[in-house]
Amino acid sequence: MSARDKVIGAIRAGLGARGDEPGRRGQVRARLERSPHGLIPARARQTKPELIAQFARMLEAQTAVVRTVENLKALPQAIAEQLAAFNLPARLRHGDDPVIAGLDWEGTMIERETGPAIGTDAISLSRASLAASETGTLILTSGADNPSTLNFLPDTHFVVLLAENLHGSYEEAWDALRTTYGRGAMPRTVNFVSGPSATADIEHTLVRGAHGPRRLAVFVVLNGQPTRRKN
Amino acid sequence: MQPTSHSFKQNASAALIDADLQRALGHARGGFSTKRAMARDLLPEFDALCEQAKQIKDHTIAHLDLYLEAYEQKVIETGGQVHWATTAEDARQIILGICKEAGAKLVTKGKSMVAEEISLNGALEGAGYEVAETDLGEYIIQIRNEAPSHIIAPAVHLNRDQVEADFRRVHKHLPEGRSLTEPTELVSEARGILREKFLAADVGITGANFIIAETGTSVIVTNEGNGDLTQLLPRIHIVLTTIEKVVPTLSDVSAILRVLARSATGQEISMYTTFSTGPRRPGDPDGPEEYHVVLLDNGRTEMIGSDFQDMLRCIRCGSCMNHCPVYSAVGGHSYGWVYPGPMGAVLTPQLIGVHEAGSLPNASTFCGRCEAVCPMKIPLPKMMRHWREREYDAGDSPWLQRMAIRGWSYAAKRPKLYRFFANAAMGVMGEWGKARGNFRWLPLAGAWLKYRDLPAPPGRTFQSQWKSELKRRRIEAEMQELGL
Ligand code: SF4
Repeated sequence: MSARDKVIGAIRAGLGARGDEPGRRGQVRARLERSPHGLIPARARQTKPELIAQFARMLEAQTAVVRTVENLKALPQAIAEQLAAFNLPARLRHGDDPVIAGLDWEGTMIERETGPAIGTDAISLSRASLAASETGTLILTSGADNPSTLNFLPDTHFVVLLAENLHGSYEEAWDALRTTYGRGAMPRTVNFVSGPSATADIEHTLVRGAHGPRRLAVFVVLNGQPTRRKN
Repeated sequence: MQPTSHSFKQNASAALIDADLQRALGHARGGFSTKRAMARDLLPEFDALCEQAKQIKDHTIAHLDLYLEAYEQKVIETGGQVHWATTAEDARQIILGICKEAGAKLVTKGKSMVAEEISLNGALEGAGYEVAETDLGEYIIQIRNEAPSHIIAPAVHLNRDQVEADFRRVHKHLPEGRSLTEPTELVSEARGILREKFLAADVGITGANFIIAETGTSVIVTNEGNGDLTQLLPRIHIVLTTIEKVVPTLSDVSAILRVLARSATGQEISMYTTFSTGPRRPGDPDGPEEYHVVLLDNGRTEMIGSDFQDMLRCIRCGSCMNHCPVYSAVGGHSYGWVYPGPMGAVLTPQLIGVHEAGSLPNASTFCGRCEAVCPMKIPLPKMMRHWREREYDAGDSPWLQRMAIRGWSYAAKRPKLYRFFANAAMGVMGEWGKARGNFRWLPLAGAWLKYRDLPAPPGRTFQSQWKSELKRRRIEAEMQELGL
């Protein structure tokens, strides 16, 4: 008997079930197909401005910097200002995400490289395709244009979020993801990021920058209409 | 690892006089529980969410066969491989096989209690692989050649100066005069050392906090981001997990996540929660080329339908040990195996046998705090009592204790005899204890009283006091009737 048959058999013996009961199968199928929402905390059910404010508050409590910008046109300037505020060189790496690729960087003096991160990169810029306000959580999805290494290897991580992609709860964010990827399907990696890397493994003292980024800065773009690039 | 659970008593006695350990436990004491209370208070729905989380897990266990089948199918559909393992040895062999096939040299690991459970490091090192633990706490105990003493804070038994000494001992290539007095300096040093390992590793092994049937996804929850670098950078990612970690859907995992970090560290959510589904997709610029899931039973199926089924709801948050007076006095190593504290007292006898671990369920004051703070509402004290009964049935309890219990039960079934002995004992104890008001030693209870005082009884049994109380009440009632 295979290990699989042994395990499944032992579960069925313990439950007193056969596995072909239409009732049990029906319940399981229905839950998997509908993924029903359970109790959603009240804090996730607020107006958009309140959700944005809560999102920023939560991230700031984790030492992240949160800046709101009016539109994508204003974004490169805000990024340049933040680099200066952190006292960092004007050089960063990003993927080919259309929102980022479509930015007009002229006048910022920022040097840019694209592609997955390598161990020596100091600063990265990624786009969070979604976010959940309830805990100040950015949701980054991997794909050809969004290397996951950008989220972990560099010392400083900049993230762009379009306000329209901010939801109250995790469940609403998943629903939005299902409309993009289809039911039961997922991008290869989905990263919930709720602050810079941390550890309290030595004497219960919180230290930032354990293995992932020490600094996190988030740019919430209120109006996500693509900007027209000057040629 | 070789368990020493049978010598819990000796371990605990040694722990109580270990000055370093007591200093370290002092750092942790109260921290976790205060933070948990604050996180709970910030979320008015917390209790309702715990109840919901419990129901999700109960539903899942009741349909475990079907959810595991659905999960497996999804993993295969997304290009991953599922390896079923019934025993620890099976799981070790599967993992060794994958590493061998890959021609691996260096294996990085994210924190995994299941890996501890199956002594994976020993097996990998024995087969010639270099193994690098990447969670800071795990790294520290790895270079000390120790076991974790807490399921979410493996090095909680250590002090900063001890870690400094270990880093100086092991990181010989770094300048001797460097400063390592601040935790930040220790963290940076470990970051630098482990960064090289991350980038050079051939295989990354992580555990999973959850696996999701809806999508065939494994989930890890960390604050450091080490698990992510472990599973993202090497060519091969192996997820080592156990069958009870499955949850039906993304909604269900979200619901349970809301109570996990709050119960564990008192955070609203951990810094990183990562959902991995299959290997690198066409066009992906990074991610592992192979994605393997080792799905282990190792005694879990035996718990289904038994007195211990509720334990399968455990999400390994550590809240029960953070609130346990015994754990906080003696630390995790006293429990002698992988899982300490109240959850360990229930799980360990199941996993390594009541003969080895039968004394753990006695390491409890039955104060009930563990159950009260368990987000999954697991009746830990009740299950510890079940183990005590089994230990007794298995004949593993000491001879004197068995004779005493037998004698007590003989008398307890014979009320007159019971009253006779009880009155006699109470009279004697009342006299003895009069002077101090409590006992530091009693015959047959030396161990119990070693670290506790027992209040001296008033010299009369409850039954005889109750009798006089009844008499007094009758007299009062009669007097009232008479209008006095
Ligand atoms: S028994 Fe409960 S409190 Fe203890 S680790 Fe498991 S879920 Fe957490």
